[in-house]
Amino acid sequence: MEECLVEYFRTQMRTDPDMASAVAAIRTLLEFLRRDKGETILGLRESLKWATDCLTEVDSSVAVSSGGELFLRFISLTSLEHQDLSRCKKVMEERGELFLEKISLSRTKVAKLCHTFIKDGAKILTHSSSRVVLRVLEKAAAEKKRFTVYVTESQPDTAGKQMADALRRLNVPVTVVLDAAVGYVLEKVDLVIVGAEGVVESGGIINKIGTYQMAVCSKAHNKPFYVVAESFKFVRLYPLNQQDVPDRFKYKADTLRTVSDLSDEHPMIDYTPPSLITLLFTDLGVLTPSAVSDELIKLYL
Amino acid sequence: MADCGEPDGPGNKDDITRSKNEGKELTKEEKQRLRKQKKHQKKQKERKNEKGPSETEKDKTPVSLLPPPQPVATQKAPSALPAPASAPIPVPASAPFHSSPAPSPADKPAKSKAELKAERRARQETDRAAKQPGSSSSGIKTKVPLSELNPVVKRLPEHVQVDDPAVVKRLAKKLERQQIPLRSDYGYKVSLFSHLHQYSRKAPLTQLLSIPSTVIHPSIVRLGLQYSQGIVAGSNARSVALLHAFKQVIRDYTTPPNEELSRDLVNKLKPYISFLNQCRPLSASMGNAIKYIKKEISNIPSQCKEEEAKTKLLTCIDRSSLVNNILCEAFEKSRKFRVIVVDSRPRLEGREALRRLVQRGISCTYVLISALSYILPEVSKVFLGAHALLANGYVMSRVGTSQIALVARTYNVPVLVCCETYKFCERVQTDSFVSNELDDPDDLMVTRKGKTQLENWQDVSSLGLLNLVYDVTPPDFVDLVITDLGMIPCTSVPVVLRVKNLDQ
Repeated sequence: MEECLVEYFRTQMRTDPDMASAVAAIRTLLEFLRRDKGETILGLRESLKWATDCLTEVDSSVAVSSGGELFLRFISLTSLEHQDLSRCKKVMEERGELFLEKISLSRTKVAKLCHTFIKDGAKILTHSSSRVVLRVLEKAAAEKKRFTVYVTESQPDTAGKQMADALRRLNVPVTVVLDAAVGYVLEKVDLVIVGAEGVVESGGIINKIGTYQMAVCSKAHNKPFYVVAESFKFVRLYPLNQQDVPDRFKYKADTLRTVSDLSDEHPMIDYTPPSLITLLFTDLGVLTPSAVSDELIKLYL
Repeated sequence: MADCGEPDGPGNKDDITRSKNEGKELTKEEKQRLRKQKKHQKKQKERKNEKGPSETEKDKTPVSLLPPPQPVATQKAPSALPAPASAPIPVPASAPFHSSPAPSPADKPAKSKAELKAERRARQETDRAAKQPGSSSSGIKTKVPLSELNPVVKRLPEHVQVDDPAVVKRLAKKLERQQIPLRSDYGYKVSLFSHLHQYSRKAPLTQLLSIPSTVIHPSIVRLGLQYSQGIVAGSNARSVALLHAFKQVIRDYTTPPNEELSRDLVNKLKPYISFLNQCRPLSASMGNAIKYIKKEISNIPSQCKEEEAKTKLLTCIDRSSLVNNILCEAFEKSRKFRVIVVDSRPRLEGREALRRLVQRGISCTYVLISALSYILPEVSKVFLGAHALLANGYVMSRVGTSQIALVARTYNVPVLVCCETYKFCERVQTDSFVSNELDDPDDLMVTRKGKTQLENWQDVSSLGLLNLVYDVTPPDFVDLVITDLGMIPCTSVPVVLRVKNLDQ
């Protein structure tokens, strides 16, 4: 059962590399729901939770766990008063498909909101490789805006180089800089745009390591720091500092399984507090960090 | 009158139309001007009482079909009144009716006010019915009758207007009506806080009560005394004691004949609340508790029998100390931690907290607030209690709290405020001056080794002792608020209030 699930998830990720891992996870969960042969609603919910846990073991990003939880909440938000279990399941499936449709459009919505903040002749700094940021820049380029991009190399997996290649294909002038050169380059830059792996209750974000540094530097230079994220990345955590972020998000899934002593491992993500973020662009609208908590209350309560 | 009335008529009409079409908002200056106009008109009424009706006729025609505020404008035009102030005035409906009883400022003693009101309303109706100007009231649309527009003037609570003699007189009259003695202020007040009350603990309110005092229930008198002497202190303790006292009141209550429980009980509670307010100003949590009780009482259906109603109320009442509870629970879960209790004069409430924690076996350190920057480098988290959380995210708490939050912020130590949701209130405050509580200044006197410092502070004319009780912390210094609904950032207080209102 588990291998089937994981295999399906991996296939989804392979067929569409542009899709967010959370979206793939939700597709998998929907398929799981369709194939499930449970007899009770409670049992169904339990097995969905179990499935989400399996998927987080494969891909330990914050978005997968938050996406799974939101999916579960969304489909069980209706009145499941029908006598027949199969009718209930049908209702849940329909809502699941609705949810999936909504989030597939979320990147486009974010891009539509954000590209207006990129003015002609702007110099943008971004961190590592984010598909949402790429979509935003694609939209801005399609609107015939001229801008240049600086991308950090983002060790240890040099994901920045992939971002640079993708941008070159769009004919956008791009420069790859060292992670250590962020402070050096910031005086030339007009705005900073980064993606997020997760948005926490305080309005802060969890993103690839190096983001916090970039946020502190841009605050010191008084440059706006924008975050683009879809709404399924909102997660019910409230870290107060870097230590508070749970270990299961900090390291890659394989590392968590194989290595016993985590103090030797280097974390892959860091936490940026809301005081350093200017605005968040989500498919729910353009939000200030303090408004994130309001949206979260609406989503989860 | 003639000088003001006629020549300015047409000119002002244009002004008035423009202003009407612009909008209905009034600024402070306009409201002040309105009040001045009212006064001026009253005086003019007296003076021009002898003027004949011919005058009024003349004035009537050009401005006849305009709503009452118009004449106010025409009269004041010479004094260069800007147009927007005139027409769409949401003045308390009594004002123009009262001061300009006729379309002209001149009085028509022949007609009574009610007749004039009716006249005016009829005129307004015809205007609205006519819609577009076919009549001589060219182009002037009477949008909304004055009575519908609400007065925008907000009244300040009386407890922050102690230096205004009119307000104090009003309060004294109100207390006289309720047969509650007025507590007098004590000692020299620091000028920045002269708008607040300052009472002495040595002169409790109960000494001024006449012995067979039937107005105030004895448990309320006891409660008031406990508040004023500081026996019951702390936001939670005060609210709980208040609710217990109210339970006793409800038990002893009997509905007088020809009265309804729901209305009469609420009226009975009013003098109690004034009395408690005189003993010690009400806290935000007590305010919320009282609101809740009043709502419950007024929701009692009129057919309900008295016994039933009373049991219903008692059951609904039945459902900082907080930080201590949190720490004790964490200790039970065998978390290893150390507590540093920060205390401050003159109340030294930290000692009681320290005693309770040490009894549980938690290792504690005790410092005074002056040693704050010394110990903060070894602190990992700061826990604060709150007296109230205001709607703009500010935290109102015991004086010294904002100091701790400020210093903790500079050391990058996270600050957590623990507050139940019943302490959330709709008020907005950005500083600690506007509304606060001044405690007995004699508390600042300290006796050591037989010598009392500041013993004769009253003799020094330029010396003022200030014993503040509350202060207000901005939300940028607070990282997290822990409530019974979960963890929320400081700025989400209005969301919680909204959600709670929906529930109710």
